[in-house]
Amino acid sequence: MKLSINNEVHDVEADGDTPLLWVIRDNLGLTGTKYGCGLAQCGACSVMVDGVVTRSCVTPIDSVEGREITTIEAIENDPVGKRVVEKWVEYQVPQCGYCQSGQVMAATALLRETQNPTEDDVAAAMVNLCRCGTYNAIHAAVKDLAGEKGGA
Amino acid sequence: MTNNKDNRPVTREDFPSGAPVNISRRRFLLASAGATAGALVLGFGLPIGPARAAQGSEQITPGTRVPAFLEIRPDNTIRLQSPFVEGGQGVFTAMAQIVGEELDADPESFVVEVAPAGSDYLLINNKIRITGGSNSVRSSYSTMRKLGASARLMLLQAAAGRLNVPIAQLKTEPGYVINTSSGEKVSYGSLAKDALDLSVPDGNSVELRDPSTFRWIGKPLKRLDILDKSTGKAIYSIDCTVEGMVQAAVQHAPRLGLDVGRILNEADVSAMKGVMSVHRLPGAVAVVAERWWNAKIAAEALQVEWVKRDDKDAKYRYMPDDFSSAAFSDRLANEESKGITAEEEGDVNSALSDAATVVEATYRNQFLHHGQLEPPSTLARFNEDGSLDIWMPNQAPEQFQSTIAKITGLEASQINIHSPMLGGFFGRHFLYPEANPFPQAIQLAKEVGRPVKVIWSREEEFLRDPLRPMAAVRFRGGLDADGMPVAIEAISATEGPTESLTGHNPDSLDPLALEGLTGKTYAIADRRIAQVYVKTPAMLAYWRSVGHSMNDFFYETFLDELADKGSQDPYELRLKLLKDNKRLTHLLKAVGELSGGWKRGPFTAEDGTTRARGVGMASPFGSETAAIAEVSMKNGQVIVHDIWEAIDPGSIVNPAIIEAQVKSAAALGLSQILMEEVIYEKGEPAARNYDLYPILRPDQMPNVHVRVVESGAKMGGVGEPGLPPVLPAVANAVSTLTGQRVREMPLRKLRLES
Ligand code: FES
Ligand code: FES
Repeated sequence: MKLSINNEVHDVEADGDTPLLWVIRDNLGLTGTKYGCGLAQCGACSVMVDGVVTRSCVTPIDSVEGREITTIEAIENDPVGKRVVEKWVEYQVPQCGYCQSGQVMAATALLRETQNPTEDDVAAAMVNLCRCGTYNAIHAAVKDLAGEKGGA
Repeated sequence: MTNNKDNRPVTREDFPSGAPVNISRRRFLLASAGATAGALVLGFGLPIGPARAAQGSEQITPGTRVPAFLEIRPDNTIRLQSPFVEGGQGVFTAMAQIVGEELDADPESFVVEVAPAGSDYLLINNKIRITGGSNSVRSSYSTMRKLGASARLMLLQAAAGRLNVPIAQLKTEPGYVINTSSGEKVSYGSLAKDALDLSVPDGNSVELRDPSTFRWIGKPLKRLDILDKSTGKAIYSIDCTVEGMVQAAVQHAPRLGLDVGRILNEADVSAMKGVMSVHRLPGAVAVVAERWWNAKIAAEALQVEWVKRDDKDAKYRYMPDDFSSAAFSDRLANEESKGITAEEEGDVNSALSDAATVVEATYRNQFLHHGQLEPPSTLARFNEDGSLDIWMPNQAPEQFQSTIAKITGLEASQINIHSPMLGGFFGRHFLYPEANPFPQAIQLAKEVGRPVKVIWSREEEFLRDPLRPMAAVRFRGGLDADGMPVAIEAISATEGPTESLTGHNPDSLDPLALEGLTGKTYAIADRRIAQVYVKTPAMLAYWRSVGHSMNDFFYETFLDELADKGSQDPYELRLKLLKDNKRLTHLLKAVGELSGGWKRGPFTAEDGTTRARGVGMASPFGSETAAIAEVSMKNGQVIVHDIWEAIDPGSIVNPAIIEAQVKSAAALGLSQILMEEVIYEKGEPAARNYDLYPILRPDQMPNVHVRVVESGAKMGGVGEPGLPPVLPAVANAVSTLTGQRVREMPLRKLRLES
């Protein structure tokens, strides 16, 4: 099966119902996308599929054939993603860091979709779990980005 | 961390087939920066192999051999081997600040990684090494300062030889030695090789910096690991890869104490896609495959007849098939004996009989999961020379090493422990029988003759995660005619985590069982704190803030119950009971001020909701903390709007990290009191994933406001102390708002009405 990931087409040998997460991590060796629950509960495995944040642990690869998949490894190639990362550093968001690939993905997808999201938009989009409780810092960073002149 | 057996950088050839493309070389260089550079660059002599670090271990005074900790590279970057594991608490950055301050090198020029197992790193009381107990910085602060100062002196000596000038004519500025008469500048990196040949000066004789001139200690420096963690580059155990590696998934017996009998469909499962082999492990079955997903669905498909496990020397507990956590809680609450005294002042019985009012109540708590987001994994590789490399989350490398030596028959020096970043820990990654995957990875690596990485699914993790202990505490409190508390007795029916792991000694108490009931500083003249030991059928563990994670909840909510009975304001009452304790009075006033002045409520907030506030205090891990919480109710559920928390850790290294840790601990405490509970029925956990074991979500997170008070007292811990006072602050606010006493956790299961 051919999958387009981070602007490159990969020939992937795996069954169509294999979760995208494990193809990304094991077949392609891109370990920035994390496994936390495998059950669409935590969001550690978030990637973008055609710009939409998607939980890759419950996304079979045959459903994303022909679509553009972006993982955290390519986040800084995206101008919005690059600004999100900069704010993550400015606000010193991560602690253990394990959820943060997914958090950065979720923030990037939100800001690509909506330049100046409202509080409700932020609440609806930033739903990934963080066991280290970095939620205040995530919120501050996203609010800052949301208020950026001309949008993020 | 990810490196193969030759210690060369991982390249794409190291991956199994699947033709990875677009894996940037830079990423892997970053990921393996430590090992790569160390192997390629002749620096300030770091003994790369743990075997060498461990050599001659009898004579080593931990924390003194500079080359075991520091390598200064020609480009003037500094590689520091941290005795402590980084799991989000910021210890890598704190170590760089402390060593950098004395070495005179910018902490930003440091690359920090976890040191291998070895006697050099046993910094806690020169005996042990754990990352836990909020001990890292406070236990190593002065040692690491001396280490940095010794290294600086060696560089000065090397420069004196090189430049042929007396050492008194030299000074340093960050990263350089300066000849004060000629102005000549020599970089540390260029001196490192010469410095290596010098003997290490006695750390006790080197001069340390005057703290008033500190540039980095005490400052809110940015953390060194943030960019990597924001871009997916940080490498955790679960990400580690070596050449020729295969992967394994397991299915555990539903209860400890069962073993593999017949496997009913082994042939079918062996024929499943990608499956290489099926294995029997103690109390589990495993499937090995090139890809973990194939291994996982195959392992789950195995139909196993579980039989009784015969294991006379079992270090684990046989889980009875009728174990119910609810029934166990009732059994603790109905305990009637007086227990063994842990702390006593005056005569509580006569004080209670003289009291104007006596209040009696029983408080309870729940079992908890650690719930760290990274599920446990271990990668094991046997090398041609018989040695073993092993990558795994762990909070105590030497303890894991010696256990592995026992199960493999290898010498400790043949076992190379790698300790990658932890995706959260909270006490999860100590040595717990049957709760760490490393014995499985070792057995499987032997059986298949290739390196094996075992990953536990979230479901397997929640089945084997050892639990935070459960207790029921019977309180009796006495009030005088003015409503002031004059006597308090707390008898906790419980088992401490240490006694559960190392065996209960009837003649002594596990201090971690009662901490938070003991160690309270309120001026209540007659008091008695005691424990009734009750063995728990489940496996127990340390959990962030350990005994304090439950005991300050019990004590501080009961104190509010006493305050209410005596018609006292709970905040004012605490001030009165602490009036001779300057440090705590100051702290309590600080948190009151931070919250805009104490107001209990109920009151109407600007948005029209009715709200109330509660207060709680704790003295955990050598620090002091106090919290105020503001809550309202919506549809019978508690909403926490704000938490104000003050922490006094005595003296500090990085205030920004302290603030972040307090917020993190507050979130975990809140998660516990609002919603978390491990329920066992028929010997099995009802929840095996976050769907049925919910943890705090972003929309449930209050604004947490932190004030760091630096009283100058002895340095205390930082990672855990923020947690305990949040629980009673929330519970007490809820009681004020609803008029109902909160005597158990989590709040989710109480019927509360506002
Ligand atoms: S791993 Fe996909 S949502 Fe948790
Ligand atoms: S930073 Fe640790 S889980 Fe979010």
